[in-house]
Amino acid sequence: MKPSPFDYVKPASLGEALSLLSDSDGEVAVLAGGQSLMPTLNMRLSSPSLLIDINGITELDGIEVVEDVIRIGALTRHQVVQSSADIAQHAPLIAMAMPHIAHPAIRNRGTFGGSIALADPAAELPACLCALGATIEIAGNKGRRTVSAVDFFKDLYETDLADDELLTAVEIPVLADGYRSAFEELARRHGDYAMTGLAAHGLIDGDKVSDLRLAFFAVGGTPVLAKNAAAVAEGKNIGDEMISAVQSALEKDLDPFDDLNCSAAVKMLYAKELTSRALKALIR
Amino acid sequence: MSGSEGLSIHDRPNSYIGRSVPRPNLPRLLKGRGSYADDVKLPRMLHAAFLRSPYAHAEIVSIKTDEAEKVTGVFRVFTGDDIAKVCSPWVGVLTHLEGLRSPPQHALAVGRVLWQGEPLAAVVAESRALAEDVLELIEVDYKELPPAVDMEKALDGDAEVIHDVYENNLCWERNVNQGDVDAAFAASEVVIEEEYRFGRHTGVTLESRSIVADFDAGEDMLTLYHSTQAPHMKQALFAKHLDLDEHKIRIICRDVGGAFGLKAHAYGDEFATAAMSMVLKRPVKFVADRMESFLGDIHARDHIVKGKIGVSKEGKILGLEIDDLTGIGPYSVYPRSSAIEINQVLNLTGGAYVFENYRARGRVVFQNKPPMCQYRAVGHPIAISVAESLVELAASAIDMESMQMRQLNMAADDDYPNKTVTGIPLENLSHQESTTKLMEMVNYQEIRNEQAELRSNGIYRGVGFGALIEVTNPSPAFYGVGGAPISAQDGCSIKLDAKGNLIVGTSVTEQGQGAEAVISQVVATAVGITPEKIKVISGDTENTPYGGGTWASRGTGIAGEAAVKAGKVIRNNILDVAGILLQSEPETLDIRNNQIVDDENGTERMSVAEIGRIVYYRGDTLPKDFQAEMMVVQHYLPKSFPFAFTNSVHCSHLEVDVTTGFIKLLKHWVVEDCGTVVNPQNVDDQVRGGVVQGIGGALYEECIYNDQGQLLNGNLADYLVPMAVELPEIIVGHVESRTFESDLGAKGAGEAGTAGAPAAIMNALNDALRPLEAKLTRQPFTPQRVLEALGKV
Ligand SMILES: Cc1cc2nc3c(=O)[nH]c(=O)nc-3n(C[C@H](O)[C@H](O)[C@H](O)COP(=O)(O)OP(=O)(O)OC[C@H]3O[C@@H](n4cnc5c(N)ncnc54)[C@H](O)[C@@H]3O)c2cc1C
Repeated sequence: MKPSPFDYVKPASLGEALSLLSDSDGEVAVLAGGQSLMPTLNMRLSSPSLLIDINGITELDGIEVVEDVIRIGALTRHQVVQSSADIAQHAPLIAMAMPHIAHPAIRNRGTFGGSIALADPAAELPACLCALGATIEIAGNKGRRTVSAVDFFKDLYETDLADDELLTAVEIPVLADGYRSAFEELARRHGDYAMTGLAAHGLIDGDKVSDLRLAFFAVGGTPVLAKNAAAVAEGKNIGDEMISAVQSALEKDLDPFDDLNCSAAVKMLYAKELTSRALKALIR
Repeated sequence: MSGSEGLSIHDRPNSYIGRSVPRPNLPRLLKGRGSYADDVKLPRMLHAAFLRSPYAHAEIVSIKTDEAEKVTGVFRVFTGDDIAKVCSPWVGVLTHLEGLRSPPQHALAVGRVLWQGEPLAAVVAESRALAEDVLELIEVDYKELPPAVDMEKALDGDAEVIHDVYENNLCWERNVNQGDVDAAFAASEVVIEEEYRFGRHTGVTLESRSIVADFDAGEDMLTLYHSTQAPHMKQALFAKHLDLDEHKIRIICRDVGGAFGLKAHAYGDEFATAAMSMVLKRPVKFVADRMESFLGDIHARDHIVKGKIGVSKEGKILGLEIDDLTGIGPYSVYPRSSAIEINQVLNLTGGAYVFENYRARGRVVFQNKPPMCQYRAVGHPIAISVAESLVELAASAIDMESMQMRQLNMAADDDYPNKTVTGIPLENLSHQESTTKLMEMVNYQEIRNEQAELRSNGIYRGVGFGALIEVTNPSPAFYGVGGAPISAQDGCSIKLDAKGNLIVGTSVTEQGQGAEAVISQVVATAVGITPEKIKVISGDTENTPYGGGTWASRGTGIAGEAAVKAGKVIRNNILDVAGILLQSEPETLDIRNNQIVDDENGTERMSVAEIGRIVYYRGDTLPKDFQAEMMVVQHYLPKSFPFAFTNSVHCSHLEVDVTTGFIKLLKHWVVEDCGTVVNPQNVDDQVRGGVVQGIGGALYEECIYNDQGQLLNGNLADYLVPMAVELPEIIVGHVESRTFESDLGAKGAGEAGTAGAPAAIMNALNDALRPLEAKLTRQPFTPQRVLEALGKV
């Protein structure tokens, strides 16, 4: 379990990293926390000829609240996000999701941007970003661009990032008045990738919910926003009857697949159960 | 002869037996100074990497190695044919298992590959990384053959026959027929039938299999730094197949990071490593990586058992029948064979109970999956799950408390020696006391009350039991009689140094379980020397007595007794010298806390260190006709009983989330009887660790294969082992029924946890789901399977 030989560079600035990315021919890999990349290299699932280590680019690191958005640099470690007071206050959904991501040792190294760039279909953060209407900031040689989270995730491990681009930051609107979040996940063991998970976010007024966003993960190639279910929920009081109507609508939203841990049918059942749990949590 | 001579080790003053003395090796391990095979770095050492078959079954049409051999830094590329010239093939059968058959197996595949992961070529290079790179340059032309994967179809007429020397894929069949089972079932009040399935899983040792082979052409001597459980057995095997004399092979096995049975077998990659060192005349290292471990280590379990029990109105077991089928891969594993597990299932099912009518069939079949062999608690979890589930189902059918039914069918504690239904002698068990003690610890009635209350709120909790007997301290009846070079006896050497310290050699190995601690405690007690003045050496065939090693829960019971005997001899030898020097009768003296004392009142007379000084430097002051012997060795072999059976009983308390199928373990209790408890903390931790492995088999661990024989979850992200968060509190209680075979009276404790936990969990699960009329009998009990049983998917 040793990687194929590769070259290694550690640029000190974003500009340097970007020109390395665009100049090199052959397969290049960006190294952030390495928690996902290193195993794939060691198992020889990929054999890049060049590794660009972005850990020296300090401008990619850190959390900042700028007016009505909270900005999380791509290199910010999971552990830093997890213990951030700003995150807890302005993006509580992210704070709720963090303890479900792997284990402390992995969170110490793994980065926020790495999770987003990797786009594992069973990962927590991509779904959270879709639920929160976050924006992904991307840098390339032609400059910076932004793309909404929902458009960023294309397919299984496929994103809007081009080969010569870097993910630099994520911007999440700060929690608006009246909005609440809920996070639910079922995993075989604590810290495992989800069998099924749900990031929920909506405007709560008493028991009434509106502008609900239900972002499921581990039920498709990308996070799945359950639009039919949200439409059924719109403007209704959260209660048993409403919950079963929302659950039924999920059949139109989700088309899960079997994986090693469970069948598609189980995932559908879980999606419904998590929906019930999340809706109840929203008004708790 | 000292005054204490003739007394048992249990009567020694200042005894360390029964005390949780800290392990002497802990500081070393905690400081990161452990010495595992991979820590060995020798001058001129090379590294091996193995090419493994991507197919479950294929013909090797050709192998081209020239491109690979051209690479700078590569010393040689070996194919199966190359290795076959220096390493003879082996056959994994035991002659006492009549009819057991398996064809010769080469270290590296020759002509055909028979499982995904079977090694067929090796690169030896200056680094492991380079060796792995170069593997990609070996060109193999495979012709894929249909694999025989499904053990249930292995014996079908149209099944692919893996070995054309045989007419079908049967490896072994055994039948047992005691009493009249059909009449017993006819006479029964209720007869319960059920089918049980046990997933194929593997051992997952933290330290993977490792070997550094160092062939010294000057001395014609092969030194193997090797992570193993049985150094002397490995010495004999390497000698035989590499055509060296046994004294030309030295196995050094310092620290071992877990073994659980899987390091007691012959592995082709390890033999090839030794062979390559001999050919290249340089040290060669091979350390299996985690992916290779999943494909290359032995797998275990994988049984389908049909079981049937008949009980009377009063709850007496009248008859029991099982039919067990197991798939063991393409070869029976050398030298212990892959038939022992099913043999144990046949021998042990219902072993906790007295009954007369028993019929059993066991069939072992070949298939194109990794070879299967002995893993912790060999056969026990299967036998015990089947019997204990049938007992609980029958008890429920006649509306009787299952524990009451168990106790009714267990022998009275004073009714020993006894025999199992198949005639295996049981020396001294304590089922009644142990079950009674367990029920007190569990607070059973309270759990039942709470269960009823919670059920009305839609919360489903269950409680289940598993009672068992366990094989420990095996005599040569286990392997030796079948022709395997596996010693059932063990030895202990003790040397007094000139400062009164003891250097102790033991033939069992330290694999993290605390063997060295136990030997040190026993020697300390037997001699009268404090533990900090005792150094224990293990895992070196040149410096320790000959013995079996660490497996089958035998270390404390057998090697511990050898230490008792050696301790007594050296104590007497020391006291003989003291008697001369003190002009006292040796019988009136004893050794306590490193001092020679008057046996009667403990008055200190002189130090043991002073004896050492005089013996070694001033022997001239001792009588002319007296020769002091300050190094002794003693051996021990259990002879009166083929095994020292132990008994234990488990209870699992759990909660099932019936909407998700998730199982939460709330608590687990074990009462076990391993005879003398030498080190309570060690025993408790052995039981706990064993329970965790049992939980693994019951809830998480399974090698998932597709119909082409490809492993789908061969990594630690997808193959689930239980982790700390998922584990319940595990409470351990003891009853001590010593074996009378030895002075120490210790039986084994290493496997009781793994043996019984799955049964208790299955019963607790089915107890929880009883009101919903759902039942699970297929391990592991995954959320998917729970939901299926509940009819939710
Ligand atoms: C045992 C284990 C359990 C885990 N469990 C979970 C879990 O439950 N949930 C979960 O979400 N994750 C889990 N992870 C993954 C963990 O969160 C990873 O750290 C994360 O997914 C990737 O982050 P990283 O910084 O380690 O990225 P790396 O491993 O360094 O990179 C991952 C990929 O993203 C690319 N990349 C990284 N950063 C950038 C960037 N700024 N711009 C462009 N491309 C980039 C890399 O090139 C690479 O392809 C687990 C990991 C392990 C080892």
